[in-house]
Amino acid sequence: MSKCHNCEGQPLEIPKDAKKIVLVGNPNVGKSVFFNALTGIYVDVSNYPGTTVDISVGRYKSDVVIDTPGVYGVSSFNDEERVARDVILDADLILNVVDAVHLDRDLFLTLQLIDMGKPIIIALNMMDEVKRNGQLIDIERLEEILGVPVIPTIATKNIGIDKVKENLYSAKVGKRGDFIKLLMNKYGGEIERKADLLMILEGDEEVTSKYNVSDIPNMREEIYRDRRSRVDKIVAEVISEIDRGADFKILLSRWMMRPLTGIPILLFSFFLMYELIGVFIAQTVVGFTEDTIMNGYYVPFITSLMSKVVPSGTLFGEVLIGEFGLLTMTVTYVLGLLLPLVVGFYFFLSIMEDSGYLPRVAALVDRVLNYFGLNGKAVIPMILGFGCVTMATITTRILGSKRERIIATMLLGLAIPCSAQLGVIAALISRLGLRYFVIYTLIIFTVFVLVGTILNRLLKGESTDLFIDIPPLRVPQLKNILNKTYSKTKMFISEATPLFALGALLISVMQYFGILVKIQEFVAPLTVGWLKLPRETATAFIMGFVRRDFGAAGLYSIPMSDNQTLVALITMTLFVPCIAATMVIFKERSKKEALWIWIGSFIIAFLVGGIVAQIIM
Amino acid sequence: MTLDKVRRGQKIEILSIPDNTVRMQAIRLGLNEGTHVRCSEIIPKGPVIIQKRMQEIAIGRKLAEKIKIRVLD
Repeated sequence: MSKCHNCEGQPLEIPKDAKKIVLVGNPNVGKSVFFNALTGIYVDVSNYPGTTVDISVGRYKSDVVIDTPGVYGVSSFNDEERVARDVILDADLILNVVDAVHLDRDLFLTLQLIDMGKPIIIALNMMDEVKRNGQLIDIERLEEILGVPVIPTIATKNIGIDKVKENLYSAKVGKRGDFIKLLMNKYGGEIERKADLLMILEGDEEVTSKYNVSDIPNMREEIYRDRRSRVDKIVAEVISEIDRGADFKILLSRWMMRPLTGIPILLFSFFLMYELIGVFIAQTVVGFTEDTIMNGYYVPFITSLMSKVVPSGTLFGEVLIGEFGLLTMTVTYVLGLLLPLVVGFYFFLSIMEDSGYLPRVAALVDRVLNYFGLNGKAVIPMILGFGCVTMATITTRILGSKRERIIATMLLGLAIPCSAQLGVIAALISRLGLRYFVIYTLIIFTVFVLVGTILNRLLKGESTDLFIDIPPLRVPQLKNILNKTYSKTKMFISEATPLFALGALLISVMQYFGILVKIQEFVAPLTVGWLKLPRETATAFIMGFVRRDFGAAGLYSIPMSDNQTLVALITMTLFVPCIAATMVIFKERSKKEALWIWIGSFIIAFLVGGIVAQIIM
Repeated sequence: MTLDKVRRGQKIEILSIPDNTVRMQAIRLGLNEGTHVRCSEIIPKGPVIIQKRMQEIAIGRKLAEKIKIRVLD
């Protein structure tokens, strides 16, 4: 009955207190490789009585290793499973070899073994195939869920086998499923060997007949179904697909964040943004919404409508439908000019956010922003600032400390031209030519850097460091982008419109009582003497306080030399933010901080403009 | 050793996170003293990107200089 291979005439000796280590697994998972690794050449192959099944027995250290036939489950369905069952029921320790590529299939047996309550260690084999298939298995998590050690292996290449040997005796009893635990508690009473109990619960007649119990129901159907759903859940949790482009995604992510490649990519994104927003929206769309619809239809309509009720010369009339009227200018400005621009900006920002690019930009620029006492997160209000400084100032809330919020707000109000302004500025600059463009950009940039660095030195306290989640790169989903754009635009309209309205109201009142003219007269000497600009530019600056684009547009019609235009533009850009943004600044910051920021912008604008004027004229 | 000295690809264990506020934020993101992570990217003179399971987190350099870690082999 006993065939001995390679044993040179001696039968295999099995020590008395030997532990029975049993190898269990589905067919063709590579069990034999592990068996050979453990037992070497002294192996006993014998036929299991009453079956056609052979089992191999060998020695490992002072223990016995028993190989079972490949089975999909333990039961009495067929000879193989019967043999496996008997060997397993008697086992002290189980080495379960699992095919990592077919986890959803193999784990069924694994869970059954765990339910039986035997100490188990899992060899997760064929890991190279898993990688080739573009999958990733979270082994730590699998260990956590099952409660037993899981060792990844590639048996054919002899990888991981030593580790299995090392950890063999750390085999543990795993975590049973809740349903099984319930059943075992309920019916467990007289059955000491839990493994037997499970077999009985699964309706195994042979095991049941060994005990004299008649009241334990056959729950195989329910148990199997429960086990299947447990397997499905586990698989869903531990397996993730890497796209075929996995390596490419990692590369792309790296390119986006490292300066050498990241900066060109960022510049390219800005270029795309410029094409979409600066060209298409600012000119085409706004041309349609502001000029054609608003100024063409709406304003005449509402003016004639309201003048039936309210005479246009009165304060009330001025406030409602005057030059800066609530119903005229505010509506035109917010809906005709700002809305398309803001939608465009938020659309772009949402793409950057949804694709996972935006946090990577934050990582890229973090180092530079640190010089100004800011961290990478500040890139978000900065980018938004080119859309609408009012909105960007509200967004500074995301920054971690008051210090950062002050610095960011100052820089936004001072040196970042919003899209309303940019359009006209661009038109004016293009009239001047490339050289002036470069000088203009350099000066604004220098002011930005200087003010940021100085503020960083002066302000007390510490800024926060970058600590953000970097989500995986993915193709942005149109639905998400549209949702984000919609909700952000909605928030902008609801937060900013009242501010613009209030500002327009104030300006209208000031206009009516002639205060605006007085201010222009007051500012004029400064404008003429120090900035060397025509008297009328003072009006443009005041207008810039009301509506950024009015300010810039106001300069368009005043005859000036090229040098004068440059000075005017520099001063206009650095000049205090529009009244809406000013109000947000006062709302978000303390009165003292806001005042310093506002006055600071005023002074810096005239200071820098004046210095340039003195130099070039 | 501190986090800013780690090389790309190294597996490390977080030993201590100095700042209370940061530690709370870290726990929410899944990082704690004793957590094992992998350094997936280093931006020259910039943030350190660490990876825990499927999640990546960027940590500014100044903060990385304060976080004590141990390299796992």
